[in-house]
Amino acid sequence: MSNAELEIAVDDPTAPEENSPAVTSNRTVDVGVSLLLLGLAVLLAWDNWRTGASWDSTGPEPGYFPFYLSVILGGASLYGIGAAFLSSKEARETFVTRAQLRRVMAVFVPTLLFCMAMQFLGIYVASFLLIAGFMRVVGKIAIWKSLLTAFLFSAVMFVTFDVVFDVIMPKGPLEAAFGY
Amino acid sequence: MEALGLLLHGFAVLLTWKTLLLMMVGLVLGVFVGVLPGLGGPNGVAILLPLTFSMDPTSAIVMLSCIYWGALFGGAITSILFNIPGEAWSVATTFDGYPMAQQGKAAEALTAAFTSSFIGSLVAVMLITFLAPWISSFALKFGPPEFFAVYLLTFCSFVGLGREDKHKTVIAMALGLLLAGVGMDTVSGQLRMTFGSTDLLRGINFLVAVIGLFGISEILLTMEERLALRGHAASISLRTVLAVWKDLPKYWMTLFRSSVIGCWLGITPGGAIAASFMGYNLAKRFSKDQDSFGKGRIEGVFAPETAAHASGTAALLPMLALGIPGSGTAAILLGGLMVWGLNPGPLLFVEHKDFVWGLIASMYLGNVVGLVLVLSTVPIFASILRVPFAAVAPMIVVSCAIGAYAIQNAMFDVWLMLGFGVVGYVFKKIKIPLAPFTLALVLGSRAEDAFRQSMIISGGNMKVFWANGLVGTITTLAIVLLFWPLIDRLVASVSKSTPPAAKAEA
Repeated sequence: MSNAELEIAVDDPTAPEENSPAVTSNRTVDVGVSLLLLGLAVLLAWDNWRTGASWDSTGPEPGYFPFYLSVILGGASLYGIGAAFLSSKEARETFVTRAQLRRVMAVFVPTLLFCMAMQFLGIYVASFLLIAGFMRVVGKIAIWKSLLTAFLFSAVMFVTFDVVFDVIMPKGPLEAAFGY
Repeated sequence: MEALGLLLHGFAVLLTWKTLLLMMVGLVLGVFVGVLPGLGGPNGVAILLPLTFSMDPTSAIVMLSCIYWGALFGGAITSILFNIPGEAWSVATTFDGYPMAQQGKAAEALTAAFTSSFIGSLVAVMLITFLAPWISSFALKFGPPEFFAVYLLTFCSFVGLGREDKHKTVIAMALGLLLAGVGMDTVSGQLRMTFGSTDLLRGINFLVAVIGLFGISEILLTMEERLALRGHAASISLRTVLAVWKDLPKYWMTLFRSSVIGCWLGITPGGAIAASFMGYNLAKRFSKDQDSFGKGRIEGVFAPETAAHASGTAALLPMLALGIPGSGTAAILLGGLMVWGLNPGPLLFVEHKDFVWGLIASMYLGNVVGLVLVLSTVPIFASILRVPFAAVAPMIVVSCAIGAYAIQNAMFDVWLMLGFGVVGYVFKKIKIPLAPFTLALVLGSRAEDAFRQSMIISGGNMKVFWANGLVGTITTLAIVLLFWPLIDRLVASVSKSTPPAAKAEA
């Protein structure tokens, strides 16, 4: 008895395709991450050993606690490498498909650019560009809607943080032109 | 009954227009993040935390905890109307909630979900009201060895009882503890693991890490999905609410059972996810008509929602009484306490009575207000889903960046946040658990201090962790829990080899 109407529907014009080929398996990534963690563990263990990881007259030296943690981390990562190599389940699991990776990059790259831009343009101008660009390119939303939303959001953020809550954010030439 | 008087005082602290307004704002924001796909309790609290930096601690915690209640309520809306669990612990709610919506009973399902969330939280808050002061007064006698033993117990129970691969939990925890140690050593003033970088001198800020781990990574993960959705719109009339409430007494056993499960799993680091599934499964097992579950049975909504909320609320008990968070969100709230200059732990109940009882009172009030709010405004919140994710995603990114920057006014923190975002994304995909990672990050320096102080007291003798009955019990329990999977297997193999008659007696 399905008489309820479906009333809310939202499209996703740039959705990743279902049948996209896998870029890599979970096993490959797991081994890679475990190797990186092992490297990190060795590096930190060495650094803490240098700081002093034994005992002196006052008790354990500053490097003592982190040194043994690095040893634990290293051990667990080594075990992880072995476990990942032997795991046939992880080998079958897809880490990410090509279409998914494209979409993830579609957020990650703009975010990276946004972080760079905020140092020069200030956070409010950068966020205007990020929101408007993202809505237009990824969401395929009408230009005027994108620009308006981005402007309103950045303006509200500016008023909330800079004016009301007095939180100092990185600012750029535009804010300077208005005397902020 | 001292607790009751203090609780009333807590209500008095709360009942100002400003606090009530903040409460409403928190609840609305919370439901908002709960409804949005890919965002939930911990993410919402992490992203909105910076808003509270300029507030006084009581207002700040009231607003943050209301964001949390709101997010808990909001998760149910998408599960029932759209079959999209906003949170992992709402998955069990979709089993019967969505079929109910398909049968045109969305309003009943939503009312059932909100009401049972309310009941679950209420039971857990009552538990907190009476148990937390008692535990904290007990914990006031703790010295450094006892505290270290309790931290050890927390870490070990994550490894022993968690459902992830053991070595991955160990990796998450060791990495978290290590990162917490970066920067200046609090005891000797020496620099550790900074590699000459002036930015690392300040250490890795817990909140920056959390915003990256929960905010940015969640956006990356959500983008992988196909984000188109179709669902029901629903409004709730007073008559439906009253009809569902009239039937409540019939389900008291389900509600009671789920509340107990939730409280227990909330205090131990089992979490709301396990609680919701367990609540659902037990309700099904004890039901006379098991086959009707999954086809739109109202008990199938009551059971997981009550358990999830009882657990989400009970997770705040160890945080308040001992300074040990029971969940990821509790860990973030704990990080907030430190930002506002409060020292979490048993002393909180002595030194900051206003704060603690204000918070507990806000749990009562926030849940009542939240229930009324969601019941009356469901259509508005459901229509938030009309906003395409392509508009929401960049706004969340901007909010995260503002949050990360505002903590220490450092650009380095924004880059760190981005780094943690990638780490969180990869870790989630290869199933390295984030909850113990967060927990280790926030507890790291305190655990180390407790360890070093104990070592200084005992002159380097490890026997200090078995020096008296109390600390010895906790330490031993920790080690038992660490090896629990092995012990469990051993016991199972022994009982298998004994004859069935002996087994029946045991």
